[in-house]
Amino acid sequence: MGTCSRRTFLTLGALTVLGLSRLPAFLIRAACAQEKKVRRKVLISIFQRGAVDGLSMLVPHGERAYYDARKSIAIRPPQAGNADTAVDLDGFFALHPALAPLKPLWAARRLAVVHACGSPHPTRSHFDAQDYMESGTPGEKSTGEGWLARVLEARPLIQANPFRAVAFSTTVPQSLQGKIDPVTVSNLADFDVKGGSPLLGSGIEAQQGFEQLYEQGIHDLLYETGREAFDAMKLLKAHNLPGSTPANGAEYPRGRFGDSLRQIAQLVKADVGVEVAFTGCGGWDTHVRQGNERGQLATRLTEFAQALAAFDRDLGDRMEDVVVLTMSEFGRRVQENGNGGTDHGHGTAMMVLGGTVRGGHVVGRWPGLAKEQLFDGRDLEVTTDFRQLFSEVAVRHFGLPSDMILFPKFPVKPDFYPGVMPFSA
Amino acid sequence: MHNPLVCLLTLRHSIAGSREPSYGIAFVLLAGGFLAACSGSTGRSAGIADTHGGSLEHSDSKPRLEVSAPSLSEHQRLLHALNRLSYGPRPGEVARVRQMGLATWITQQLHPDTIPDEAVAPLLRGYPTLDKPTPELLRKFPNNPPPKPIEPQMGPTQNQMAQEPPPERRPFRIIQELQAARIMRAAMSERQLQEVMVDFWLNHFNVYAHKDLVKWMLPAYEREAIRPYALGRFKDLLLSTARHPAMLFYLDNWLSAGAGSGKIGQNSGLNENYARELMELHTLGVDGGYTEQDVREVARCFTGWTIDRPRELGHYIFRPNQHDREEKRVLGSVIPAGGGEDDGLRVLDLLVRHPSTARFIATKLARRFVRDDPSPAVVERAAQAFRETDGDIRATLESILTSPDFFSVEAYRAKIKTPLEYVISAVRVMGGQVSVSGTASDGAFQLARTVANLGEPLYEAQPPTGYPDIATAWVNSSALLRRMTFALALVPNRVPGVWVNLPQLLTNVDRRRSDEVLNRLLSLVVSDEVTPATQAILVRMLSDPKINHALEDDQGLVTTDAETLAALVIGSPEFQRR
Repeated sequence: MGTCSRRTFLTLGALTVLGLSRLPAFLIRAACAQEKKVRRKVLISIFQRGAVDGLSMLVPHGERAYYDARKSIAIRPPQAGNADTAVDLDGFFALHPALAPLKPLWAARRLAVVHACGSPHPTRSHFDAQDYMESGTPGEKSTGEGWLARVLEARPLIQANPFRAVAFSTTVPQSLQGKIDPVTVSNLADFDVKGGSPLLGSGIEAQQGFEQLYEQGIHDLLYETGREAFDAMKLLKAHNLPGSTPANGAEYPRGRFGDSLRQIAQLVKADVGVEVAFTGCGGWDTHVRQGNERGQLATRLTEFAQALAAFDRDLGDRMEDVVVLTMSEFGRRVQENGNGGTDHGHGTAMMVLGGTVRGGHVVGRWPGLAKEQLFDGRDLEVTTDFRQLFSEVAVRHFGLPSDMILFPKFPVKPDFYPGVMPFSA
Repeated sequence: MHNPLVCLLTLRHSIAGSREPSYGIAFVLLAGGFLAACSGSTGRSAGIADTHGGSLEHSDSKPRLEVSAPSLSEHQRLLHALNRLSYGPRPGEVARVRQMGLATWITQQLHPDTIPDEAVAPLLRGYPTLDKPTPELLRKFPNNPPPKPIEPQMGPTQNQMAQEPPPERRPFRIIQELQAARIMRAAMSERQLQEVMVDFWLNHFNVYAHKDLVKWMLPAYEREAIRPYALGRFKDLLLSTARHPAMLFYLDNWLSAGAGSGKIGQNSGLNENYARELMELHTLGVDGGYTEQDVREVARCFTGWTIDRPRELGHYIFRPNQHDREEKRVLGSVIPAGGGEDDGLRVLDLLVRHPSTARFIATKLARRFVRDDPSPAVVERAAQAFRETDGDIRATLESILTSPDFFSVEAYRAKIKTPLEYVISAVRVMGGQVSVSGTASDGAFQLARTVANLGEPLYEAQPPTGYPDIATAWVNSSALLRRMTFALALVPNRVPGVWVNLPQLLTNVDRRRSDEVLNRLLSLVVSDEVTPATQAILVRMLSDPKINHALEDDQGLVTTDAETLAALVIGSPEFQRR
């Protein structure tokens, strides 16, 4: 599945001569689908909704103030042979013990971590901050368009393909809002019109009927979505998804996040043309009883790390073409609150994983946790604007021109990239 | 003008261009006999009449009726009202409302207590947890294993691997019955607007069923904090939710304690979660003009608003020793030291009267009832009604329903149905019967699962924002395919516990005449409001030999596959809108 060739277009051109004034989109896509598979670069965006505590994911165990501020929820500094302590990375930072499955990826230099990363906007509203991060315009609500949609629009022309952008969610995430018609999936197996008249014993003609009803040439959200849905459905059937199983003995954890990554891997391995995939991952809003090495947050991080590690294993060599980027709308307060939890903060930690990632180092300037070093006197400062990170990942991974402006009013020059990706070819 | 509907229609014209509505007055005059029966409302309507005293003459003056803006036909108005104020028409309902008069019907819906609704109560008896108090639910549906605070020093030694109780004894049963009751009421209750508003407020004051203890508190939350005030006063809703254990638990306020309140251990500090969402999501809106400092001060005011023995009783209680006794300053107002429980009440009072709250609630209501992106005019109109009536929800709603925007071409079918609206409207339009058995074949359990499958599991929205109310949130490829799949299951009675009688709906239609069958179905499902393109496609399909096929019945007649046709119309783009 790849770029629509000149030959295909000529064939389609012949059809127009034959009297079809408007070529149905599905026909173009079906024609393109006949072409041979091409491995594509893929960017996978994972949104940790609810504001993850970056200070627990990436523990600054060399920082005295961290332990002063968090009497009951701090993660103990690394101790050789003790699995209930942080997993050291560089003598100053360490991973939460629940993230231990990611340590081999770090050691293999496929995983980079950016600390003190986030949005310059001070809002502590989940909803607004997610919106700002996904649209890529902190402080502006009327953007309408998502940053991943802009990335796709900036890509060289690749003919319409329903799976170019896919979201594993019940609704289209703001990141993918735009002109690109993403497909949303919660379960590939359900991506079908099932049933039909018992008199006929099959739903085929009903399905065709629905398809015609939504095939009308109206520019309207409802009709366009319907068309995309049928195109995607046919493509899935053509590739016999979701029949495939994880490769290399990868085992995904139970739960929605693991399911989503497992299915994203299926789509990537099947070369159906995915360029950007999105999935959310919730449960990070730990106001109460966050826990330390164990507990609520540890449970969530365990699932998070196991799913990422399984994904990496499942894709194997294909990780050379894939970058996974994790993000969260903001971090959490340095000082723990009265309920063994943390309230909304500012800077957090983000991760970049992939075969070509410049991994094995912690990226960004560490602002420190002493009172006078904190944002608003309470929160971890943001020293890497998320747009610097996102720009580097998108531009270098996809080989976009470096003067491409992905973030309106915020052009990022390569000098300001945090340094998680190599120069692209 | 004896016909209330005529009045309603003329009123709309007289309003266009003038900002002086007085729907309330019109109803008093024209649906007067009826309204007089509901004494409670006449007083309130009179209140509006005082404010807008001058408008009465205008609405009676004939020349103002000559407005020639494009407008909806009478048929479209009936359909529009039924689609917005109810979960969609049932067979024959458009005609019934036409006969009784649209204005009368709307007035009734605004006063649900005046509508007999005997059929619903027996149906709800199938869900016995609905009216049980929280302590009884906590006893009868014990959590297994019991929720324990994390105490690392105890380690993972406590192995309480008791057996799973049977499904009807598991705590999820509480949510299952609550979901089923919502489905049942939406599908069967005559008090449709009440159900629409219950949905609106449950979403506005969202709590998440699966946050630990919330599910045991949820039946009481809906019953005591939401339902009684759905068309009442916003202030009452705000207070009843603020004090309800479900909300106190969901947004952690029960644990919040003031500095210097002497509490140690679990409840030893301030938790801002409720304070922030109270302003951002319940009242002012995120740009409503509060600061981070306000969030902290409001959180201090609500310290001590907590829950008495949450795992046994689950009642609201104010604990003075958990309360911050010092002075606070909220939105520029000083709240003097020593106020105790009244601190929180003062905050709620400040918030209810704040102009941002009126605007925020007005915006959300207009989005629900008019269109995703309501005009500034209708928002301001509703906000004004909200301010002038001290947050009277019914009056605010009336101001929207009487605005030029409501019965406008721009509003007509502008809303995409949410999953709940889609499923219920399909059942209603087919005259479907939903069985109550409390077992796996319970029709409402099944429909609740469908609604969840389409992306809107009831009571299970995790974030405090609840579910969005705009088209882009609900129109996506996989959900759209599942809507079609549901249509294909509903019509031939393959949704267990839900019964559609298609032959009866096609009474007097010659099933050998496929065009007659299609015409009846279009009339039934979309009230003939169908685009020429859709109509043409369906007509074309009638020539498909599979749609007209020999039925192997005793008469060997050629017949039309009405089931597939009906499912196609229910799954069509037209029926996704309301």
